[in-house]
Amino acid sequence: MFEIVAFYLFSVLTIVMFSITVFTNNSLYALSSLAAGMIFISAFFFLLDADFLGAVQIVVYTGAVMALYAFGMMFFDSLSIVKEKIKNPRLVFLLTGVVALIIVIIFVSPIIGANIEAQYPVTPTWGNSRDVGIVLFTKYLIPFEVAAVMLLVAMIGGIILAGKKMEVSYSEMTEKEIDDFEIQTRENAAAKKDEK
Amino acid sequence: MSLNAYLILSTILFVIGMMGVIRRKNLLMLFFSTEIMLNAVNIGLAAISKFHGDLTGQMFAFFIIAIAASEVAIGLGLLILWYKRTGSIDLDVLQKMKG
Repeated sequence: MFEIVAFYLFSVLTIVMFSITVFTNNSLYALSSLAAGMIFISAFFFLLDADFLGAVQIVVYTGAVMALYAFGMMFFDSLSIVKEKIKNPRLVFLLTGVVALIIVIIFVSPIIGANIEAQYPVTPTWGNSRDVGIVLFTKYLIPFEVAAVMLLVAMIGGIILAGKKMEVSYSEMTEKEIDDFEIQTRENAAAKKDEK
Repeated sequence: MSLNAYLILSTILFVIGMMGVIRRKNLLMLFFSTEIMLNAVNIGLAAISKFHGDLTGQMFAFFIIAIAASEVAIGLGLLILWYKRTGSIDLDVLQKMKG
């Protein structure tokens, strides 16, 4: 009973939150509703006895990814309303439905049809975290290490990409210096455009 | 709840994300939509992991989360670079070769 109520409650909440993300024109609404949806999704992981995954979902998605988006949005003019030209909305809806249906059929039909044997079975007496830890550090050790290296590479790449032209620190300048600097950069950019 | 209920939920969320990917023209919004799609897949994997008593689904979900995190770091860096260069993150502005 509890599981059914929780499932329907959280599924309605997630669907509403993600619909807001997809259909709103305000990027701040999109960001906050996406963060809320991520937290609601972790409820499904707790319902599915994947406690560790639920905790990771909250920590990584709402803690790291959403914070990264929030910081990234400081670079864009996020308060203005997103203007988009959308052609043929009906065609888009139809195409989306058809493509998604095909993908679902392709991936779900063998799973429902065949009886899959558990390769790494769950041990109920151990608890989820211990189970996950043992499988992750024995059978999936190499993918785990590769993922760690990939995250390191991504971190360095992100710093290098976003940190370009950041040698000037606004917090150490007076108001007048900042104004002068911005006028100068604007002139430089205009001159560059004329050259092109 | 049965496995099918979770898979149907996962499908609905995936369709919402895909609708966003097709409909959106703003690149930041496009990123949000891809996050929704990744999360939808994670729910499906966790559900299958539970109903088949197998931990592999959860493992895949972990690696998907790791990939999503690095994708955001790199993608946002590129996006910031592009915004500094052009002053816009609209997909229609992004196309340089017009045929």
